[in-house]
Amino acid sequence: MKELVCIVCPKGCRLHVDEENGFAVTGNSCPRGAEYGKNELQNPTRVLTSTVKISGALHSRCPVKTDRPVAKGKMFDVMRELAAVELQAPVAVGDIVLSDIAGTGANLIAAKTMNLQ
Amino acid sequence: MIYDVIVVGGGPAGLAAACSAYDNGARHILILERDRELGGILNQCIHNGFGLHYFKEELTGPEYAGRFVDLLRKTTTEVRLDTMVLSVTPEREVHAVSAAEGYQVYRAKSVILAMGCRERTRGAIAIPGDRPAGVFTAGTAQRYLNMEGYMVGRRVLILGSGDIGLIMARRMTLEGAKVLACVEVMPYSGGLMRNIVQCLQDYEIPLYLSHTITNVEGRGRVESATVCRVDENRRPIPGTEMQFDCDTILLSVGLIPENELTRAAGIEIDPRTNGAVVYENMETSLPGVFACGNVAHVHDLVDFVTAESMRAGKAAAAFAFGLQPENAAVTELKNGNGVTYTVPQHIRPERIEKAADVFFRVNRICGASEIVVADGERQLCAFPRDHLAPGEMEHIMIPRKLLGEVPPAQLTVSIREKQA
Repeated sequence: MKELVCIVCPKGCRLHVDEENGFAVTGNSCPRGAEYGKNELQNPTRVLTSTVKISGALHSRCPVKTDRPVAKGKMFDVMRELAAVELQAPVAVGDIVLSDIAGTGANLIAAKTMNLQ
Repeated sequence: MIYDVIVVGGGPAGLAAACSAYDNGARHILILERDRELGGILNQCIHNGFGLHYFKEELTGPEYAGRFVDLLRKTTTEVRLDTMVLSVTPEREVHAVSAAEGYQVYRAKSVILAMGCRERTRGAIAIPGDRPAGVFTAGTAQRYLNMEGYMVGRRVLILGSGDIGLIMARRMTLEGAKVLACVEVMPYSGGLMRNIVQCLQDYEIPLYLSHTITNVEGRGRVESATVCRVDENRRPIPGTEMQFDCDTILLSVGLIPENELTRAAGIEIDPRTNGAVVYENMETSLPGVFACGNVAHVHDLVDFVTAESMRAGKAAAAFAFGLQPENAAVTELKNGNGVTYTVPQHIRPERIEKAADVFFRVNRICGASEIVVADGERQLCAFPRDHLAPGEMEHIMIPRKLLGEVPPAQLTVSIREKQA
């Protein structure tokens, strides 16, 4: 039995995951918590958020995120790849910045609409 | 021209208040914002976790702000950016200045104060030692890094375990810095448990509870910092010194609602929240002037800011149209055992639709407990909780029907911890 704090939402439920019983989760107050508990012990994943360079916009950085959770161990690979990106305004929220980033299967997408100034 | 509603501040509180005022019939709405864009602090909060309550999905800060800017564009709200409000008068005149339009006086039927908060600095907590460069508030570092593209340091020590400090611990790590530790003077963290897990534990950053920085050393730039364990009175214990070899110190040591305009307008301030004393609809002691979001009390979650600001926007629209009844009886909410403050501080039972939303914080970590609302000795209602912590704002709803025909002059909100 493993104890975890759920990070799906700010509530922070205290989960108990039974590794010997098909990773059965108790202590969760929603189905997403059960899924988190199961995954966290087998293949922990996170949505990665960061910024990339942009020119022509109000600021010099554009916020980005992976469009789905990626393996925790891949975080720094994703960071290395997005460091090379340079966008040009305009950019719309949801635009794909890089597809299949660092072989994770996730796309890196813009998290903000940034108009040309 | 007299606006129905003027909103001071275009962050999450101001955006939601303006949208809600429009949805409740106001058409002449003006937002005054001092930055060059709407969205406020959300623009630099690039991490995700916003919107789970309101949009039922997990958004980043800029995405959450973007959703509200899109909603606002569908309304007739006017926006003046790069505009600094200088004063709000009891007659609801708003004096403001901008490079584009100079000094302007705008008039409104109702005014919503949504100025947010700012960070406590090194001066506010008086850290001893040298005065080198490299000591930043966490939010300042966040803006430099996430919006302007400057990395503020390489070897980082974080003082305070508020959410912004925890978020910055992860962010600096991802950008290649070494975050040596997070140091918290209290025996518990001031941030959300999920942030301890995903920002510190994920990156094996140690959290020292009941510790503080007792000295900063450095010529020109921070070179090191001394950290000590503290006793139960938060006094450093001699002999427990640890030396951290760092070039940067980030402070996440609390937020102060930004109420200069509120004070200057003569509005009553609650010393416990550092925000205006408000009624159930977020109206301040000055009729027709409302306060919502972090300027009223510091929130943990933007979703709660949105919900609160929507109530303020609705009430401001009603006030503008003269729809509010006068002279309602007032019930004062008192803080009982374990409760630091409540917002609202006063409720007018006859103006409550179904239930009064009450937000508060506890002053210590509690296990299984009941939140008890009582009129003297008489218990009105109780709300069970498995766990309570000062870092996590609580919310209860007191049903109107329990307040009876003759509302009590006072109600006490207190915590009754179950014996383990």
